[in-house]
Amino acid sequence: MATNPMKIRAASKDGVTEVKVLISHDMETGQRKDAAGAVIPAWFITDLTAKHNDKVVLTSEFGTSISKNPFLAFRFKGGAKGDKIVVSWKDNKGETRTDEAAIA
Amino acid sequence: MNNQRRNVLKSGSGAALLSVLAAAGIITPGVALADWNKAAFDAKSMADTLKALGATAPADSKDVQLTAPDIAENGAVVPIGVASTLPNITMVAIMIEKNPSTLAASFTLPAGTEPNIQTRVKMGQTSNVFAVVKSDGKFFMTSKEVKVTMGGCGG
Repeated sequence: MATNPMKIRAASKDGVTEVKVLISHDMETGQRKDAAGAVIPAWFITDLTAKHNDKVVLTSEFGTSISKNPFLAFRFKGGAKGDKIVVSWKDNKGETRTDEAAIA
Repeated sequence: MNNQRRNVLKSGSGAALLSVLAAAGIITPGVALADWNKAAFDAKSMADTLKALGATAPADSKDVQLTAPDIAENGAVVPIGVASTLPNITMVAIMIEKNPSTLAASFTLPAGTEPNIQTRVKMGQTSNVFAVVKSDGKFFMTSKEVKVTMGGCGG
């Protein structure tokens, strides 16, 4: 499945950069059933890494409890206007996606 | 000529390709080798989850703030925020006691990243939500009950 780009917003204020990420992903839990009663297999993001330039600022592991089209916001110290924020994720089917944005 | 190129490509699969990708920054070693904590995410109870995370007997702390609604009308999207004033926080985890898998997410914070994280979770039913943080090697947690009027698991 082709994945849609993440929406990444990063804003720097008073030496702290706040990053907001909206990911396009179904996040199937493996608990739901389709109309025919067959279980829809679990399909969800397991790992996510965010980097500021080349420095890792956040790594996270997700479970099936995270909502569809996950939203994530976090802050780190440093970061200047124009710096690059790179977010990558990997799901349990091995698919990955990486997107980047500049700090506004 | 072309055959040779093909052979090179073939032999270049596997480890060599991975290292090339890693070098090109397409796959960072951290992501590629990250070991998803299956035991923690498979755990069905608070005690098992904490054990799988290596969090032994977290102490209740007022210095961990959990932001969650009192009542979630839609269990499919429940905004959760965790913040803390404790020093040197390296790990933050969000747990939902009565979900099929208790652990919703765990975050590893390198130095410089503030313990202030917001995300959205699914909740199958009314349950306690726990925020666990690791500060200076010790674990602290706080909890809040979120009432769910419409479950988010099962549709």
